[in-house]
Amino acid sequence: MLGKTAGSLFWMARYLERSENNARLIDAGFRIALTRSSTAAAEWKSVLVTAGVNQAFKAAHGDYSSARVIDFLLRDPANPSSILSVIKLARDNARTARTALTRETWEAVNTSWMTLVALLKRPVREDDLPDVLTTIRQQSAHVRGALNGTMLRNDGYHFALLGTFLERADNTARILDVKYYLLLPSVAHIGTSIDNVQWETILRSVSAHRAYRWLYGAEISALKIAEFLILYRQMPRSLAFCCERMEDHLAQLQRHYGEETEAWRLAHALSHEKLAGPIQSIFDGGLHQYVTSFLRDTAALARQVERDYRFVE
Amino acid sequence: MLRGKGRRISFFDEMTSQEGGTRSPYREYCGWFEAEDATRIQRKAQQAEALFRTTGITFNVYGAADGDERLIPFDVVPRIISASEWRRLSRGIEQRVRALNAFLHDIYHRQEILRAGRVPTDLIAGNEAFLPMMMGLDPPGGIYTHISGTDIVRTGADEFYVLEDNARTPSGVSYMLENRETMLQMFPELFAKVPVREVSDYPINLLKSLAACAPPACGGTPTVAVLTPGIHNSAYYEHSFLADHMGAELVEGHDLRVIDGRVAMRTTQGYKAIDVVYRRVDDDFLDPLNFRPDSMLGVPGIWDVYRAGGITIANAPGTGIADDKALYSYMPDIIEFYTGEKALLPNVPTWRCSDPEHLREVLDRLPELVVKEVHGSGGYGMLVGPAASKKELAAFRAKLEANPGNYIAQPTLSLSTVPIFTKKGLAPRHVDLRPFVLMSPQGVTITPGGLTRVAMTKGSLVVNSSQGGGTKDTWVLED
Repeated sequence: MLGKTAGSLFWMARYLERSENNARLIDAGFRIALTRSSTAAAEWKSVLVTAGVNQAFKAAHGDYSSARVIDFLLRDPANPSSILSVIKLARDNARTARTALTRETWEAVNTSWMTLVALLKRPVREDDLPDVLTTIRQQSAHVRGALNGTMLRNDGYHFALLGTFLERADNTARILDVKYYLLLPSVAHIGTSIDNVQWETILRSVSAHRAYRWLYGAEISALKIAEFLILYRQMPRSLAFCCERMEDHLAQLQRHYGEETEAWRLAHALSHEKLAGPIQSIFDGGLHQYVTSFLRDTAALARQVERDYRFVE
Repeated sequence: MLRGKGRRISFFDEMTSQEGGTRSPYREYCGWFEAEDATRIQRKAQQAEALFRTTGITFNVYGAADGDERLIPFDVVPRIISASEWRRLSRGIEQRVRALNAFLHDIYHRQEILRAGRVPTDLIAGNEAFLPMMMGLDPPGGIYTHISGTDIVRTGADEFYVLEDNARTPSGVSYMLENRETMLQMFPELFAKVPVREVSDYPINLLKSLAACAPPACGGTPTVAVLTPGIHNSAYYEHSFLADHMGAELVEGHDLRVIDGRVAMRTTQGYKAIDVVYRRVDDDFLDPLNFRPDSMLGVPGIWDVYRAGGITIANAPGTGIADDKALYSYMPDIIEFYTGEKALLPNVPTWRCSDPEHLREVLDRLPELVVKEVHGSGGYGMLVGPAASKKELAAFRAKLEANPGNYIAQPTLSLSTVPIFTKKGLAPRHVDLRPFVLMSPQGVTITPGGLTRVAMTKGSLVVNSSQGGGTKDTWVLED
């Protein structure tokens, strides 16, 4: 397989994952903006920071009004992470890697692009927003279904999944990076409960607020939430789950090509050292420092994958 | 054949004869069509459009806004060619393609045809499409035109003309294949009623044909790659389609580099040599070291590898001289010179505006002629006299007088019509035909049929997709 093709599959999957994650972030932000108008601006700001586009937003707009932030996140071509920008990038990468995709997978990506372009032609009214966000998530599920249902389990598949989990790990870590301060005071003062709405927002932005209930019952503790998002290996958006999957896909690529890679070594270290736990030791070392170094490690892993498999010259 | 001033002339319709009866190749189809419910066909036509969009068979129009992707209109009524008509056409096409290949070999070697005075020397020497670097070079297998597309128009029951020989990188073959695929999906029952010859083996024939031209440096099974300018090219869909259906890698210039005298592609496991490249970039852009230095599309040094027999480039560099419009008028001589036979398919009479006498005649009769740029393609920069306004005629006249050598002129042909399906029923529209021809040391393969392009607007004679033309599935009937 061409290095470029491998890179395009990896990025196609990253962008698709990003569009889904951003839809979740908007959903969670919108809920707070609706129910707590006093903290709306702060919440939107944290959504923008999580998506990595706060600077770009500030440069173009003055205040964090809901309508403006939503439009920026959904449709603004000046925002490289807007849903429209990202789905176009996903499709461009799919076109570049067209020969490595099944017809069904390609058509799913292309249909997603057509659907979202039509859906986001005009600014979205607030009362239409929940439906629009649902459609975005459904499109993503559609592509994932086609990919899993029709692609050969060869190198191309592993590159795509690698992109998916790298993007997802990055996203969950960014949410923690932006919200860690909410989790901290309650750890310092054991017994004080954290802000219910805020922790629910965190869980909602990874579609896991109900899963958490089933797992931990009514106990709302910062330690448990952090454990759930970082170390819990059955939770498909936790850092541990994502890193385990990356390690596995890299191991399969090693087998496929019969060549050991530095990328696998990095992923193995992430999965087995960084995510070994327990959660208390992560808090002891400082949650913020932990998340920052995790983000650094995943960025290094992404660069190593690119080098090992010659995505670019 | 000429369209007289102010005189209405009738066009040859391929479905309905002048007497009003259905022509024989269309009998079974028309029987089916008459029994069909028009609203059902209407619905199918809409489905076809959705199908094309989902598949991504779209193209970018140069100069249009980003993301403004268009669909080439597809018409659900097939264009049908009888077995005997096709026999005649394919014989003529094969003769022509063989002659072109012989001409290219000669022009880049001993130039016998120039010595014999059958083609003027200055038409070659001063021609931008002539590539002096090809002199004395033997392309692997002796093949120059691995892939060509011969544009044919029909003006009567027995009148076919060759309009153009596309010997560089003819496009449209993916439409030929997808149109058939779409018809099979929409009207499977039709194919049980009408015996239509298959076209689906084109990609595998292309692969075999390219592999048969592997260079001396190839050891074992040849590795074939398709070279594309990238996703922003208007024909990108076709490039990826062909690569996908051949099981060949789709490469861009930046995926390739020259290593140890071979052209190699960057794979996930390092560089791997390729043997045959089906390039869909023009000569000028092939190699920035040897041609245009600003080209980002090609591979630095590929020319030197080619010269040394390290790679096959299809089509060979320099084939453009064979489909040059200034040379076109010499094709009957060229065919006779190399095959010893008269051309089986006639040329359209052509005035060369470089000739002062021809130019005078062209200027006199401008409103009734079609004038084309010698190096143009895609219907850009062309004048259709009868359809042009006074202002357009005057403007073109000025361009023509300023640079006559840049133009040729032809009579406005009364292209045959085939009906398209409209909301109000069947309506005749002008068509042309581009059959696709493969050539290798093992022989010439012509896919039965080809791409039928149709002018969707009533009365229009311009079938180019860049000018709003559409396409039809083309059926060649079994004997």
